[in-house]
Amino acid sequence: MTLARATGLILAKELRTEFRSRELLGTTVVFVLIVVVLFSFTFNPTSSESRRFGPGLLWLAFLFAGSLMLQSSFLREQTNDTLAALRLAPIDPFSILAGKMAANFLFLLLVEVILLPVFAVLYNVAILPVLGSLLLVFALGTIGLAATGTVFSAVAAQARLRELLLPLLLLPVLAPVLIASTEATVGVLRDPSELSLVWLTFLACFDVVFLTAAWMVGEYLLEE
Amino acid sequence: MRWSGAARSSCCAIWSRAELSRVSTPLASSPDGGLRIEFTEVEKRYGMRLALRGVSVTIAAGECVALVGHNGSGKTTLLKIAAQLTQPSRGKLAFYAGETALPAGEVKSRVGMVGHHTLLYEELTAEENLTFCAKLFGLADPAQKARQALRPVGLASRAADLVRTFSRGMRQRLSIARALLASPSLLLLDEPGAGLDPEGQRWLGAAIEKLRDSGCTILMSTHGRNETQGAVTRAIRLEAGKITHDSGAHGDPREVLVFAAVRDGGEADES
Repeated sequence: MTLARATGLILAKELRTEFRSRELLGTTVVFVLIVVVLFSFTFNPTSSESRRFGPGLLWLAFLFAGSLMLQSSFLREQTNDTLAALRLAPIDPFSILAGKMAANFLFLLLVEVILLPVFAVLYNVAILPVLGSLLLVFALGTIGLAATGTVFSAVAAQARLRELLLPLLLLPVLAPVLIASTEATVGVLRDPSELSLVWLTFLACFDVVFLTAAWMVGEYLLEE
Repeated sequence: MRWSGAARSSCCAIWSRAELSRVSTPLASSPDGGLRIEFTEVEKRYGMRLALRGVSVTIAAGECVALVGHNGSGKTTLLKIAAQLTQPSRGKLAFYAGETALPAGEVKSRVGMVGHHTLLYEELTAEENLTFCAKLFGLADPAQKARQALRPVGLASRAADLVRTFSRGMRQRLSIARALLASPSLLLLDEPGAGLDPEGQRWLGAAIEKLRDSGCTILMSTHGRNETQGAVTRAIRLEAGKITHDSGAHGDPREVLVFAAVRDGGEADES
């Protein structure tokens, strides 16, 4: 079976189980909305202030969303040892990681798309003229977030202090992605808007390097 | 210790109460014979603890081997190594189809396993679980295969129900259906009778016997005497990660099974 087909099967299974249980999406959306709404009460955001502080706030909310969602990516496979069922199948072990990465990417992107209009209204930021650029930055940053988070979720799931371990492992590795994504978002929201190729290239390189590393060590990551 | 035809049909009838007229033979046999497995000086270490200590044994194609021993003796570890879910810390594991050595990647498509856990997704229905598994194994017409596999385990009428609504016994039956879905040449069963009522165990015993007769190699761990041991052709007793008794390919497994039942049963009672 090809890597793409196996990845697609696992992605479809992830989407089906999540949309059926709605365990993660509901909780995460509510959580990030509360974060953004609460921050809007701490200061009276004008358009220029929002352009300065907004990107950091947005990516902080995305990081919280990622922390909530990624933790359970492999934990839910432990309920009935279903990870063993996946590993018994004659498929490339990386397809298990890739399917979960793709699912996490879609879940996070969905949360971001839900959050964006709320942010625009509460923080008085016009996002429609720069929507394409903004989504490009979000997509590249979210690939990095989902890829690293899924890999470290696989590592942490087999450890004893897994709830503590994931943030400890993840945050230092994610720091470059968060900085690059925030800087790129600042550029997009600036007046006049500017899509920074430097930060975009940095994000794309990070994504490629991390996906390649995950492909190379995928089999070892999933082993007991 | 073989099941009579009457006993088998009686247990199938009991198992298929919910199925009414849909009784069928509980079987998915391997189409091209079983695999031979060779464990050579296999050792498995978890931190400081040695789970297996230099296990060397050859399981011939078509054998039905019972692994017996008390908790922590290394039965599950040996099964996991055979399933390639974990790598041995030392030693070698080789698979053969006839005289041809098979690469690890090729072996996977010919192995079915019933684990200690059910290996089933609670949020999927019985049919979705089997269809997903059939797709992962690249089977043709996976939905049809899944529906077919549900019939012999008496779950066809519950095909659209979520696994989380199933009892322990129903989950175990579904887990067995999942393991047999791809017509394995090597079947690994980790205490397959757990959670099954006596009728279920008799049904499973009959299914194992038919699989063995079709040439499938079967390696199963059992604990105490139960109805699934009727098909066993060889018994191996593990103690602290070492093989202490082996009835051999042509020996009588009952001696080892009875010895293990008395010894391990006694230990269990004491504990």
